[in-house]
Amino acid sequence: MTTRRTERTGGATGGSLRRDGMRRFARNRIAVGGCLFLAVMAALSLCAPVVAPYAYDAQDLSLGATFASGKHWLGTDILGRDLFTRILYGGRVTFAVGVCATLVSVLIGVAWGSIAGWAGGKTDTVMMRFVDIAYAFPFTIFVIILMVFFERSLLLLFMAIGAVEWLTMARIVRGQVMALRQREFVEVAIGLGLSRTRIVLRHILPNIAGPVIVYATLTIPAVMLLEAFLSFLGLGVQPPASSWGILIREGAESMEEYPWLLVFPGILLSATLFSLNFIGDGLRDAFDPRTTRE
Amino acid sequence: MIPFLLRRVCIEMPLSLLVIFTVTFFLIRLAPGGPFSSEKSVSAQVRAELERHYGLDKPLQVQYVNYLASVVRGDLGPSFKYPGSTVADLIAGAFPVSLELGCYALLFALLFGITAGMLAASKNGTWCDYLIMSIGMGGICIPSFVLGPLLVLVFGLILGWLPVAGWSGPLDRVLPSLTLGMVYVAYIARLMRGGMLEILVQDFIKTARAKGLSERMVLVRHAMRGSLLPVVSFLGPAAAGLVTGSFVVETIFSIPGLGRFFVTAAFNRDYTMIMGTVIFYAVIIITFNMVVDVLLAYLDPRLRNG
Repeated sequence: MTTRRTERTGGATGGSLRRDGMRRFARNRIAVGGCLFLAVMAALSLCAPVVAPYAYDAQDLSLGATFASGKHWLGTDILGRDLFTRILYGGRVTFAVGVCATLVSVLIGVAWGSIAGWAGGKTDTVMMRFVDIAYAFPFTIFVIILMVFFERSLLLLFMAIGAVEWLTMARIVRGQVMALRQREFVEVAIGLGLSRTRIVLRHILPNIAGPVIVYATLTIPAVMLLEAFLSFLGLGVQPPASSWGILIREGAESMEEYPWLLVFPGILLSATLFSLNFIGDGLRDAFDPRTTRE
Repeated sequence: MIPFLLRRVCIEMPLSLLVIFTVTFFLIRLAPGGPFSSEKSVSAQVRAELERHYGLDKPLQVQYVNYLASVVRGDLGPSFKYPGSTVADLIAGAFPVSLELGCYALLFALLFGITAGMLAASKNGTWCDYLIMSIGMGGICIPSFVLGPLLVLVFGLILGWLPVAGWSGPLDRVLPSLTLGMVYVAYIARLMRGGMLEILVQDFIKTARAKGLSERMVLVRHAMRGSLLPVVSFLGPAAAGLVTGSFVVETIFSIPGLGRFFVTAAFNRDYTMIMGTVIFYAVIIITFNMVVDVLLAYLDPRLRNG
């Protein structure tokens, strides 16, 4: 802690603060490993149509379920579909939901939290009371209701998941905004007669980017988990399209005879969540001096 | 403390419940489809008759007021999909099962989570710390719908030590409790470790060590109480989630608990059942949060006058 503080006062400009953070992050081997793993998985999934050895719905019923072999790297499922291919295509859905739904939740959370934190007073009380109440709402049911009652689409999935994951973000942002509002540079901005929108957008938000990014990194795995859960219930994307949740459900149904159909997608989903969580923790440790755990 | 509790029980709780009730009511009513629209065999006339019987033909605001009035009186109404049973009966029948399972899972989570967190914090920065926290991260990252089937596969099918599914003997309780509690073990261990690391650098711990107390005494008698604060605040929502059941765990292990109602009610568009489960869950979580606030005030005297 002491070495860290001297390090920071030693180079007092904004750029070096960020560079210090990057250096601290780069020393965190698990987090860097997570980054590499994620980059490879995301690239493979994104390029699935080019990289995948088979078409995602290509069946070979005569083949059936087989274990990993030279022809099918991770084996095939009951319908003779190549598991590696299905995992890559499933990864597209999982990653897309992870990123898009997190963006939705960041947008809502940051807007809600900064308005409440900046306005203060009654507005703040009412808005944060709403957040408190919303915590008592069974959100899984809310998402299930949305997915059951309205037509299922990927867009609705993003919106529904994003709409339930913004509460904590709103709290974090509000706290940060309230603290920043007291600072001299904001008083100067007010004194200069800048509009409120401009102060919030140009002077406040850039200063809270750190905690927002860190928490967003931790939201992605939560969102992916929720998507996998919904797919597991049959409420996510529809077959023959795949997502990791669907693959896991199919694997769980036939695990007695073909355990690898459960194990491989399960390991991949867990490893992805593992990486994201470690990256989030690593970023927090590296960039947010108050919560360092050393 | 008393005025604080009175305000929570008499004003804030009903207000929160009213908001949740209203949002859920209009959300499911304004959405397309209804409890009887999926039954193809039902003729238009029968459906109209059914809807009239349950009062679904009245204007929405009238239904809202009527239903709110009956819920306030404690009547959640009849279930649309399980004719002859009221929503309250269904919940009352399934809740004890989920409660029992949830308590085992919570006990398991507290026991292992707190121990692991304390161990990791006291050995901060060593391989023991990293090992515990990596296992903990694994607990968070392996979803219950992966962990459950895997446990069944290993302990039920391959080793044959424990039953695969069911809810009759005491051995049936083991795998579901582990599946349900694992993620909470991990969270509690993380919170406990974080809380303890903050406490261990404080002066009163130095004093305790200077007095020559053994490390175990320092941890258990002095550091533990303060370190429990983050765990206790996490316990409100966690325990509420645990005792109201988990759809995944109940499905995997065929347990007749409450969790499945949350999902099947939405699938069936069973209006009263959805409302019933949502309200029940909200009451539980609000109550638990209140209990947690009282506990926190007990653990940390500074919070008592806040």
